Amino acid sequence: MTDVLVIGGGNAALCAALMARESGASVMLLEASPRAWRGGNSQHTRNLRCMHDAPQDVLMDAYTEEEFWQDLLKVTGGMTDEPLARLVIRASSTCRDWMRRHGVHFQPPLSGALHVARTNAFFMGGGKALVNAYYRSAERLGVQIRYDVPVDAIELEDDRFVAARVGGERIAARSCVLAAGGFESNREWLREAWGQVNGEWVADNFLIRGTRFNTGRVLKFMMDAGADMIGDPSQSHCVAIDARAPLYDGGICTRIDCVSLGIVVNRNSQRFYDEGEDFWPKRYAVWGRLIAQQPGQIGYSIIDSKAIGRFMPPVFPGTKASTIAELARATGLDETAFVSTVAAYNAACRVGTFDHAVLDDCHTEGLSPPKTHWAQPIDRPPFFAYALRPGITFTYLGLKVNKEAAVHFGGRPSPNLFVAGEMMAGNILGKGYTAGVGMSIGTAFGRIAGTEAAKAARAAASATAKVTANAEAQR
Amino acid sequence: MENPPMQSLETLIQEASALATHEAEVSRVLQICNACRYCEGFCAVFPAMTHRLEFGQADIHFLANLCHNCGACLYSCQYAPPHEFAVNVPQAMARVRLDTYTRYAWPNALGALYQRNGLTLALATAICIAILLSLARLLNGPIWSAPPGGHFYAVFPHGTLAGMFGIAFVYATIALTVGVSRFWRNGAPGPASAAALKEAAHDAISMRYLGGGHGEGCNNADDAFTLWRRRFHHLTFYGFMLCFAGTCVATIYHYALHAEAPYSVTSLPVLLGTVGGVGLAAGCIGLGVLHVRRNPAQGDSAQRPMDLGFIALLLLTSLTGLTLLGWRSSQGMPLLLALHLGVVMALFLTMPYSKFAHGVYRCAALLKWSIERRQPNPLQLGDD
Repeated sequence: MTDVLVIGGGNAALCAALMARESGASVMLLEASPRAWRGGNSQHTRNLRCMHDAPQDVLMDAYTEEEFWQDLLKVTGGMTDEPLARLVIRASSTCRDWMRRHGVHFQPPLSGALHVARTNAFFMGGGKALVNAYYRSAERLGVQIRYDVPVDAIELEDDRFVAARVGGERIAARSCVLAAGGFESNREWLREAWGQVNGEWVADNFLIRGTRFNTGRVLKFMMDAGADMIGDPSQSHCVAIDARAPLYDGGICTRIDCVSLGIVVNRNSQRFYDEGEDFWPKRYAVWGRLIAQQPGQIGYSIIDSKAIGRFMPPVFPGTKASTIAELARATGLDETAFVSTVAAYNAACRVGTFDHAVLDDCHTEGLSPPKTHWAQPIDRPPFFAYALRPGITFTYLGLKVNKEAAVHFGGRPSPNLFVAGEMMAGNILGKGYTAGVGMSIGTAFGRIAGTEAAKAARAAASATAKVTANAEAQR
Repeated sequence: MENPPMQSLETLIQEASALATHEAEVSRVLQICNACRYCEGFCAVFPAMTHRLEFGQADIHFLANLCHNCGACLYSCQYAPPHEFAVNVPQAMARVRLDTYTRYAWPNALGALYQRNGLTLALATAICIAILLSLARLLNGPIWSAPPGGHFYAVFPHGTLAGMFGIAFVYATIALTVGVSRFWRNGAPGPASAAALKEAAHDAISMRYLGGGHGEGCNNADDAFTLWRRRFHHLTFYGFMLCFAGTCVATIYHYALHAEAPYSVTSLPVLLGTVGGVGLAAGCIGLGVLHVRRNPAQGDSAQRPMDLGFIALLLLTSLTGLTLLGWRSSQGMPLLLALHLGVVMALFLTMPYSKFAHGVYRCAALLKWSIERRQPNPLQLGDD
């Protein structure tokens, strides 16, 4: 019998498989997707948020445990578990040598990402390169890897894992790590979680930035089996992305970074939020939710040619027009309403010294909602519009864990069933997000879960041996 | 009956639209890459991309020749097939590279030799060997009867050889220079500082970008890295250069020192040629094996005849040279000599119309980047 069964094939699953194998366990990993799509959402990631007390290779200055913790506290609004969060933070300071040993390469921050140069270590080539490296290492170490194996049920004996079921196949193991991701690509579940707003099923208009294979089947099964849950199913990493992005796997390139340089209107040509509230890297994760609350779950980011060359190039060209009225027609907005919204905004702009690198003094007066920074009239043609939709990266509903990453039933930890990655990130991320923390959680808890699963498998094996020996002795 | 001028016009239009299609694909792909940028650490292509928001023809030609086809970006790409964006940078770049060799070739008409390049090299080799054999027969009589002393110049007078190969070499040099100058002028980056020249030279001769950005090498069959492609390139390049150095030293011996060939096995020209020839052969065999094992998605598999043809021609150059050295005192010497010289002549004459050109264009692209890199980035994009 296999010692450790790992269900999932992304970063957390691979970390668990590698650690369990390094502890001497025999390991089988089941990835639901075909090989070409392996790695779940990890293939779209790009960095790891790391604590460090002094400069470390690609990381500048210091990013202390306390500062990391404060950042997490702020983005989650306190919806976090301090001991578990601190565990992740400390683990993030020591895991990179291990990652390198398994073939992961780090590099200085990408151009356009200098705001996280101090806090985040970038994977050379991004998350898919990391996933490839881990799979190569796992193969070399003798982890048995199977693709196209979506687990649909778990066989439990009280709180003990016995086997996983895939169609008619039963795969037994001494212990198990669940790391099969959230439910962001399960349209039905998203619909149910977000419900109706003004008579609209809002989630029907969501795009999924990540993998199409995170259907939440294992998560749902565990929920129904009575595992202790944590988090709100409507909470997720949700950003505003280009409305033309593919339904799944749009990843990083579908983001639209010109919101703070212009205005954003809804389907009725009305502004609805302060576009210049704070630096874009600190605000991009707010806009997904904001757009989700607008009619038709759509927004339009409007800029003029002064903004060109000041933001990261979008993947698709914007709708271009030489007048505001023409832009309204080209984007399908009501011309009169749109022209009057832009005119009101332009008239309200109090332009001081424009500087996109600081919270400058360009703002609006007497406008509701106001634009508090970088407010310049939209007056230099050509004008551009980018339609925006909410883009879900991953969901936060998960299984409750302790420091050993154990799945809990009725407040008691399972002796041999563990969980890592998105399936438990909600313990630490009740809401909100900060760049790279998903990978910090996945790596820390993946490694813990793998180690604990190997330990549990050893205990199970020796218990079986004892029973067998006793039976022999009695005979 | 078909009208020949119309037909060639159609062919021209087809070729032009193929060129435009390849360039449009690079532009499409780079638009996606520029919004992602995960691959910035692998090579120079992606940092150079970030200096641009749009990709015109000059940018595309430059970036295509800056690409070493290391493959790292293909295996790391979240948008590679089967993703609907179908991003394959090495393949798109490889197709444009071939178009640039064709377009910039001098004289223009001979750029067409890139279209059936395997055939071009095979015919050139066969014809050159035939000419050299006929010449040997003409000048020396029976091909299977060596003049005493392994004396090459008894078969072909020194002046004849020097004249023939001198002309071929000068022609190839001029043609390549004109071609690469045309490439340079399309989007010239400004003057080269000493630092830029030094950096480009270093990156070229060390083949830095076959290191994968992390030093573990490039990809070949799959997502695993290998340094063998760089090593075999080094063997091939330095082997070729040693052979060339051997010839140069021999020329100095001949004219300056009045010491005429044949030279002893321990003489400098023969030592250089032998070591170089062995290196060249080993490098070519290695590159050939890697090429056959390469993932067909990494690069343009339609270019296999060009790639393998050139590798074969280099390998033949080395093997015929080493054979000649081994059997230069035998009766077969005139035959072996004519074979070797025929192959070398074919190599020289096809240099401006074979894969050889990739090294020249690559060096120019590296220098362009070393210059451009030192200029301020025209874009001041905010953080994402």
